[in-house]
Amino acid sequence: MAEMDTSGGGGHKKGPGVKKSKKLSTRVDLTPMVDLGFLLITFFIFTTTMSQPTAMKLNLPKDTQKPEEQNKLKESAALTVMPSKGDMVYYYEGLDPSKIQTSTFKKNAIRDVILDKKRRTDPKDFMVIIKPTKDATYKNTVNILDEMKIDDVKRYALVDITPDEYKFVAATEQANGIK
Amino acid sequence: MTAMCDVAFLLLSFFILATKFKPPEALSVTTPSSVSSKIAPEKNVVMITMDRDGKVYFSVSDANHPEKKDIIDEINTSKNLGLTDAEKKNFSNNPSAYIGVPFSMLKSYLDKTPDQLKGINLPGIPCQDSTNNELVDWIRAAVQVSAGGGFNGGHMNLLVKGDDAAKYPSFQGVIIAFKKNDQLKFQLVTNPVAAPPGSELDKVQKAAGNKVAE
Repeated sequence: MAEMDTSGGGGHKKGPGVKKSKKLSTRVDLTPMVDLGFLLITFFIFTTTMSQPTAMKLNLPKDTQKPEEQNKLKESAALTVMPSKGDMVYYYEGLDPSKIQTSTFKKNAIRDVILDKKRRTDPKDFMVIIKPTKDATYKNTVNILDEMKIDDVKRYALVDITPDEYKFVAATEQANGIK
Repeated sequence: MTAMCDVAFLLLSFFILATKFKPPEALSVTTPSSVSSKIAPEKNVVMITMDRDGKVYFSVSDANHPEKKDIIDEINTSKNLGLTDAEKKNFSNNPSAYIGVPFSMLKSYLDKTPDQLKGINLPGIPCQDSTNNELVDWIRAAVQVSAGGGFNGGHMNLLVKGDDAAKYPSFQGVIIAFKKNDQLKFQLVTNPVAAPPGSELDKVQKAAGNKVAE
């Protein structure tokens, strides 16, 4: 560190009676400054928000009663997924809710289901219908919408669940002992 | 010692410059994560917040004072609430003001100062069933203000910010409120995460030369 030479030049001997001048050290103790520095670092590390929140776009279809405005859907190309309580997802292919099967958000199980169906279906007909039950959390809903983007599913819709479908979900939940 | 000191202060200056303080949020919400990489808009925002209990709150972005005033005026006249100017100002001049009460409680809610509101458990805007969905009226007021040239000429951004633990029926109530006002495009506020490696989206993004996907 910066240090000044405070010793007298040449070290020549002073005569008797000449007072020795005190040698003052110009070394500064840096420890408090470093302490303060690290304190501030920890403070800013904890308070900083590095990532801005992002937004996910969601477009809804318009409710319509007219049959000619409604989207047509091939039975063989439809996959209905129903997120429900306990991070479980129930799904069935086609239009028959009694063929309900169980999957989960864990370990990407539902991703495999969607990709498997996608592989077996004509891409231009393939459609995923998302029907969260009343026990599903908002996180589940966003996750499944995100899954559509991850799996590059072009056509999907967020629809209300029918009482009939909910009956099957509830029955499966009861059978599996999920509360 | 000197080197460590140098590094420490380099880090310090970096964090001081890079930091952006979170505005003190009265509502704490943990948003779910998504692969979306589009930054959420900050201006001209009409925000619907759902907390962990599924209660719904309505707020408008800080910068939009005139729109806030118009919205509360609109609600006041359409619902005959008889709000005083001071009560209206309490909403429009307070940057972090949000509405979390039914119309019946709105007057007494706006009488309170921000200090008095601390620690009060608000009931949220009723919207869980379609017969008594007051959020519809709030959105309608916002849409009217937007159609009348508010929000920088009608560029209103509808944002939904929900907590992980909020149940689906609250979200459904919000969707119903949007649909009844023909607001079919909106955005969900999320935390960004990278696309899972090997997934379809990952391949698409790589093929596009890591272009930002919307």
